[in-house]
Amino acid sequence: MGFLDIKNATKAYGAVKVLHEVDISVQEGEFLVLVGPSGCGKSTLLNMIAGLEDITSGEIRIKDQTMNGVHPSKRNIAMVFQSYALYPNMTVGQNITFGLEMHGVPKPEREKALVDVAKLLQIEPLLKRKPGQLSGGQRQRVAMGRALVRNPDVFLFDEPLSNLDAKLRVDMRTELKKLHQKLGTTIVYVTHDQIEAMTLSTRIAVMNGGYIQQLGTPKQIYDTPANLFVATFMGSPSMNLLQVKVRVDGNAVYAITSQGSDAVPLELAFANPSPALMAYDGQTITLGIRPEAITDPDGADRGSRHIETVNTLVQVIEPAGSDTFVSCTLGGKECIARMRADADVQPGQKVDFAINMEKAVSFDPKTEDRII
Amino acid sequence: MSVATADSAIRTGRITRVFLYLILLLFALFYLLPFGVMVINSLKPLSEITGGNMMALPQVWTLEPWRNAWSEAQIGIEPTGLRPYFMNSLVMALPAVILSTFFGALNGYVLTKWQFRGHTLVFGLLLFSCFIPFQMVLIPMARILGIFGLAGTTPGLVLVHFVYGIGFTTLYFRNYYAAFPTELVRAAQIDGAGFFRIFWRILLPSSGPIIAVSFIWQFTNIWNDFLFGASFADFDSQPMTVALNNLVQSSTGVKEYNVHFAGAIFAALPTLIVYIVAGRYFVRGLMAGSVKG
Repeated sequence: MGFLDIKNATKAYGAVKVLHEVDISVQEGEFLVLVGPSGCGKSTLLNMIAGLEDITSGEIRIKDQTMNGVHPSKRNIAMVFQSYALYPNMTVGQNITFGLEMHGVPKPEREKALVDVAKLLQIEPLLKRKPGQLSGGQRQRVAMGRALVRNPDVFLFDEPLSNLDAKLRVDMRTELKKLHQKLGTTIVYVTHDQIEAMTLSTRIAVMNGGYIQQLGTPKQIYDTPANLFVATFMGSPSMNLLQVKVRVDGNAVYAITSQGSDAVPLELAFANPSPALMAYDGQTITLGIRPEAITDPDGADRGSRHIETVNTLVQVIEPAGSDTFVSCTLGGKECIARMRADADVQPGQKVDFAINMEKAVSFDPKTEDRII
Repeated sequence: MSVATADSAIRTGRITRVFLYLILLLFALFYLLPFGVMVINSLKPLSEITGGNMMALPQVWTLEPWRNAWSEAQIGIEPTGLRPYFMNSLVMALPAVILSTFFGALNGYVLTKWQFRGHTLVFGLLLFSCFIPFQMVLIPMARILGIFGLAGTTPGLVLVHFVYGIGFTTLYFRNYYAAFPTELVRAAQIDGAGFFRIFWRILLPSSGPIIAVSFIWQFTNIWNDFLFGASFADFDSQPMTVALNNLVQSSTGVKEYNVHFAGAIFAALPTLIVYIVAGRYFVRGLMAGSVKG
């Protein structure tokens, strides 16, 4: 039993199902991020929690009370919209207290709540201004103030940072996280940005095509993706995928790269082959290796007990300041490796790449699920 | 809204510029001429008009025709002047304008933010009222006014104009509110505001330009309407337009052109004032939504 329970929630527009039996249980104080590409149903789910869209079937419960058919204003939730949705005709102060006014809170209490929130978000000098006179970041703060002042059970955020410029977005991300740590509120947050999802959340639900693909902590999602979609959606640059043939030799299992006719096939030993993996003997599977698991030998993870070294050609280097991304060919397939910023590699050179096989994951090519 | 400045205007040579202004001036004079003639002749004694040049300035300046048209002229059978009819028009036009604007706004709000099954059909049907010729509805309308017991009264005329105006005002407000962010309505719903509260507190305060458009459009149409006034009004509820017609068309006695001119100016004055005062909002409101500003 969670604080916010989504049980078998389904949404259909006529015959078209956009959300399929979603089950999520959110604990009090949790920061749940719904992430996925556009059209995956994440905003629909958020609107269903808010009560702005009806639930076709299933149930949504907050604090163990069913919310089906309950008006948005009676759910004790607050929502921050992508466009901020500040009332253009009201001042910042009126915007923040409008909800309290509608709920019949007396004026002195409203004033006090306003002062508290304005102080928390450092927007005291702005209270008399109209939204049109504010910058993007200030509007964002006001929108959060409007949500905070209600002291709701659940905060809902609908892509709140996507209208900000890149630098401000990173700053606000940190502030949002600070605010969550300070107030310990329950938050459901929708975004299409996987970095936001990773950095902010305590748990992530990766969605695609109206299904929850995987629900787990950021680390679980990143290190042990449930399927190919999650693996490629999370992480930037995205995970390298190699088609490999499995060869079982006693207790050891090898992956043999099979792409490219003229390329030299590589043989990589799996770190901890599972029985399930051994069953794929002789078959082709998809091997996923994150860019940071392919580095120069000096930069390789010293904690790893299983590193394969491969000598291959550097094609392009992209220095990104903090890291250097290196394009190379592994067994005929182009891969991205992530090296230290000052790694000494040049395009056209043949150098050693260290592959951390402990971090490699394998997927069934047909079901696209991870082979556990 | 940006203002065209010297930098943003197309650069032209001095001679072209002079030429352009001359043409514009000429057209301005051309359009002002009828009004000028009306004003000049309304300030002359009748003898100067009948005995001479319509274009000439008065030799004797007099306000007598104005006073005459306002409070003494023979309208129909009573020598009341246009004053009571002017009041009739005001009492008819103002409520009709306010009602049709308000309900147009309400319709636009529902048709964009509280859409129901078949809302486009309802809107389409409402639009019909913009295109149906007035003459077609005269007899059914007369019947309805009779049933309501409003025939020949000012409230009856208010009803006619109100109902006829809703089509246009709904069109204006629907298009205006279609561009109004729906997220604001949702935010207000979560804040706990109901249907009418959202309308009063969020939408209406942001509708200034389109209210001005609706007001001007409705006021001009209703004030200038002759057909409904002539068909549905009694002596004591006739609007200004009908009274002016009665003044000018009287078949007995001398035609007092100077009084007629003054009366015509009285009839045109309110719409003129509305245009001068609110005209810039009219253009701004019509442009709203079409251009991001």
